[in-house]
Amino acid sequence: MANGTIPRRDFLAGAGVAGALATSLPTANADAAPPQAGNATPETWLVLTAEEQAFYSAVADTMIPADALSPSGTQCGIPVFIDRQLASAWGAGARMYRAGPFHQGLPEQGYQLPLTPRDYFAAGVQAANAWSSKTYGKTFDRLAPGQRIEALTAMEAGKAAFEDFDARAFFQRLLTITMEGFFSDPIYGGNRGKASWHMLGFPGLPATYAGKVEEYRNKRYVAEPQSIADFS
Amino acid sequence: MATRLKEIDAVVIGMGWAGGILARELTLAGLNVVGLERGPDRRPAQDFALPGIRDELRYQGRLELMGDNSLDTITFRNQPEQLALPIRRWSAFLPGEGVGGTGNHWGASHWRFQPDDFHLRSYLQARYGAKAVADTMTIQDWPVGYDELEPHYDRFDKVCGVSGRAGNIKGRKIEGGNVFEGPRSGEYPNRPMPPSEGGAMFAAASKSLGYHPFPLPFSAASAPYKNIYGVSMGACQECGFCTRTACEASAKASTVSTIMPALRQDPRFELRTRVFVSKLVYDKAAKRVTGVLYTDLKTGAEYEQPANIVVLSAFVFSNTHMLLHSGIGEPYDHSTGKGQVGRNYCYQFEAPAVAFFPDKELNPYMGSPGGGVVIDDFNNANFDHSGLGFVGGGYVIASSGNAPPIDGRSVPAGTPSWGSQWKSETVKWYYHAMHFNTQGSVYAHRDNYMDIDPTYRDALGRPLLRLTYNGTANDHAMSRHLLARLEGIIKAMGPAQYEVRPRPRNFTIVPYQSTHNSGGTVMGTDPGNSVVNRYLQAWDAHNLFIMGASTFPQQNGYNPTGTLGALALWSADKIKGSYLKNPGPLVHA
Repeated sequence: MANGTIPRRDFLAGAGVAGALATSLPTANADAAPPQAGNATPETWLVLTAEEQAFYSAVADTMIPADALSPSGTQCGIPVFIDRQLASAWGAGARMYRAGPFHQGLPEQGYQLPLTPRDYFAAGVQAANAWSSKTYGKTFDRLAPGQRIEALTAMEAGKAAFEDFDARAFFQRLLTITMEGFFSDPIYGGNRGKASWHMLGFPGLPATYAGKVEEYRNKRYVAEPQSIADFS
Repeated sequence: MATRLKEIDAVVIGMGWAGGILARELTLAGLNVVGLERGPDRRPAQDFALPGIRDELRYQGRLELMGDNSLDTITFRNQPEQLALPIRRWSAFLPGEGVGGTGNHWGASHWRFQPDDFHLRSYLQARYGAKAVADTMTIQDWPVGYDELEPHYDRFDKVCGVSGRAGNIKGRKIEGGNVFEGPRSGEYPNRPMPPSEGGAMFAAASKSLGYHPFPLPFSAASAPYKNIYGVSMGACQECGFCTRTACEASAKASTVSTIMPALRQDPRFELRTRVFVSKLVYDKAAKRVTGVLYTDLKTGAEYEQPANIVVLSAFVFSNTHMLLHSGIGEPYDHSTGKGQVGRNYCYQFEAPAVAFFPDKELNPYMGSPGGGVVIDDFNNANFDHSGLGFVGGGYVIASSGNAPPIDGRSVPAGTPSWGSQWKSETVKWYYHAMHFNTQGSVYAHRDNYMDIDPTYRDALGRPLLRLTYNGTANDHAMSRHLLARLEGIIKAMGPAQYEVRPRPRNFTIVPYQSTHNSGGTVMGTDPGNSVVNRYLQAWDAHNLFIMGASTFPQQNGYNPTGTLGALALWSADKIKGSYLKNPGPLVHA
């Protein structure tokens, strides 16, 4: 670990694949596995491959690092959220016009690929890992924290040349789905413990504020956040 | 082969705002009416109920209430020489689907156009000279005036239970309302919503600059209300989820909340949902539509529904597409400028701003759009355009209650979009960011139009509608002027930081901007300048009435729904008062 890289098994621990498997593995880098939010149950996955689980977990923990404000992206369940979204009707391209012919089009014309979100993200993870391997000698999930930041920054700036895949567009979609996982209602598998709502001071439900606009004029309204699940 | 059904008095295509109004008005006149709706029924107690309705991902992210692009979409390009490509998911604009249509998920800004908007070309030429309207700017006067529409504006207010404060009652100007508005016959049905804290700050700053702030007219009941159809509405709960979401309190006005409860009780009305109308059956010689063809998406069966009166009240794109596909009227030919169907497509020109006030607690998720505060000082006829180099205008608003966590977070420009610093800045500013918008006119241009796409097809095999649109130099200049006025107000509010966001040069189909599309079947004085006459009756088929913003000759600097509703009621009145007694052209060309 002299060069500070994170072994794959630490990703598994960080992703919450705990229990017998994770506890049986030595944790070589304490920094890579911040305190757990108390979830000791193994994750179950609908569609993500092991490579994809590792990739999204590394992305989530880089975009949303654990600190005083919130647990890490993985601890908040973001890879699970992504798994559920890509397995959903939305992920399968429902309600999307998918007839050809296909052309690259202009940026003003929006998304023009035949790929469903699930297929698009699968291709994107492979392209990102291929680029990461070529650039750093290892897949994204195995990069050191500083290298992960560098790699995502390059993708965001359009400076990462993926083979046959638009890295910048992929980065934006990755950022969007990660933030959706962090901030959406916890019923979708992300935002565990309403971590982001606690962080922001967003009260969630029931959101019936008649009369409160006046009552809390220029005063902060404080309430324990509640999810859809709390009312179901 | 389509099964031919029994003839009905009237068939309504699309059960959104205009379709709902016509269905109610015609059944009240004793007609038997069938409402055809491509999407599902929307039943508030089932479909809009707490807690599930407060789901930002489902409604605002995954667009639960919007049209299904896999069934039908449009193609888009900026310029006539480009290749148009399909919109694969709605984004810049979000046409709704299901009973209530786009009216289920609107932000409920309820405006009237100003009197001079109705004779726009004449007004501009009289005030600024003949050259004020460029040759390429194909704007035209409406064939109906504000005074004629006013009683219908008033009735639509009373359908919706609009909350607001009048600024002009029968010519008497009232401080605190919109002093620029046309004369109203009376006060709004409900008192305005309380202003957000940001709105109150905006009001004070704009007043100090000599402007005239007032509460946004809001199409929701601020207190329980019974409307003119006898339907009870609840009071707005200020949930902060209005836009893109429906209302569990039946406070926000829509066909679902203000009309369907009455229609569902009326044996003269029959609702058929999940039926996809493919074509109007047109008898060109008789200048009549004999019925409509539709596919029942629940069975796959095709039907022909004959009708005495056909009301085409789908979205702007579907109205235009239906005429082109049915061979009714002359398609607009961009190369010659001839033909009417598809002409004068217009969008709405919005440009936002954000400002940060570290000492103010703004509770950004709380409140309603009606808590927004507006100035109308820079709309069309409300200021002098001499020497400015553009015509048109719009309103400026401090928005309210629209900052849910996925999409409503703002951080100062230059902040990273992820990582530790992003997180701390997000937390630092969430309670202290205030959002503004400018909502401007779009004046028709000969290069902005709709026609039939040569390549792509919908789920029924019909060629798609093709949209060719880009922002014009005039509209960009207008938008920059509005943003500069907004910037002056923001500076007077003394924020720690702020950012105004001018529109990009080219119109782009992502991200979301506005659902205010118009034109394609515009109204006018004769068949040489329009598709429908002043009563929204098609020149080429006297029993076909076309509803909605597709009939607007151009887009004014206000949200369209108030005028859309007033026009539907005006048309319904004429159908009931004249057409039923004497079916035939209501205006002779």
